Amino acid sequence: MNAALFLAQRVTAVILAFAVTIHLTTILYAARQGLTAQHILQRTHGNWAFLTLYSVFVVAAAIHGPIGLRNILREWLGWWGSRVDSLLIAFALLLIVLGLRAAYGVFVS
Amino acid sequence: MGHAAMTGQALEVRIWRGGEAGAFQSFSLPTRPAQTVLDVVTEIQRGPEPDLAYRFACRVGMCGSCAMTVNGEPRWTCRTRVAAVAKKGMLTLEPLRNLPVVKDLVVDMTTFFEKWQKAKGVFEPGDAPPADFAIVKPDSAERQAADRGIECIGCGICYSACDVVAWDRDYLGPAALNRAWTLVNDVRDRGQAERLAAVVADGGCQSCHTHLSCTKFCPKSLAPTYAIAGLKRAAMRAAVKGTK
Repeated sequence: MNAALFLAQRVTAVILAFAVTIHLTTILYAARQGLTAQHILQRTHGNWAFLTLYSVFVVAAAIHGPIGLRNILREWLGWWGSRVDSLLIAFALLLIVLGLRAAYGVFVS
Repeated sequence: MGHAAMTGQALEVRIWRGGEAGAFQSFSLPTRPAQTVLDVVTEIQRGPEPDLAYRFACRVGMCGSCAMTVNGEPRWTCRTRVAAVAKKGMLTLEPLRNLPVVKDLVVDMTTFFEKWQKAKGVFEPGDAPPADFAIVKPDSAERQAADRGIECIGCGICYSACDVVAWDRDYLGPAALNRAWTLVNDVRDRGQAERLAAVVADGGCQSCHTHLSCTKFCPKSLAPTYAIAGLKRAAMRAAVKGTK
């Protein structure tokens, strides 16, 4: 793993530590308050803070996950090389597209 | 168990015979005061099994050639007393792990030393020799960091103990990276950019999982894990500065 990937994984880990904490706290709050989907969507609709947070979360996860997966594939299965890297880049892009689409969907609905 | 308590009891020894495929052969020997594991192997080789293959040279913990797996753990056998490691009077001796077995207790160290070269674990003086002696202050941070890793004897124990080496055959391993770190801290060296590039490539310092097995088993009490952490920091700094 080159230094740029290593750095990217560490930096995104720091972002994820905060993002996941906020995410889980929100889930616990919503569940304990008995919020319905409609209530939740009322709060997220047009909420730029929500959209910003989840956009950062999605991008950080899309960078962090595939780099870790790359190490696991190399160490556990011996799969590495440009084809594996291309697949992982495609996986990262898929996570970004699906994640941002979901965050945007909750923002506009 | 103290040495006196061990003396006179029978010592059961199982030794790996053969190459990658092989089997254990058992021996029963008398225990002797202050007996080392290397003494046991030598007694067997000079007695019943003259064709038993093993390596040793200095017998005093300097050369690093007598490393073996003793009761499942890599050790320098010349400085390992039987009394300290025998379990219920049993010793199981195998070749080092993570290296091809040549015969019995002898492994092929070629890959191990090739990785030192690959990690640029060699002093690079540069094209033009300096006109005068370099002044390296003993209390400088670089000198002290180099001092902490410089006493490596190249025994291969850390390489044998490392799980990452077992998973990833391209991983440079603790000894090569430890050597690279001592050179990163050598202010006279002129090959820093190439070395950093070598140790951050796939299979380099960032592959270390910080299991600390190398640091636990190093017979010289070095800490390759911390040397590798130093390389990671140096690589990160270079990446941020854009020099790598």
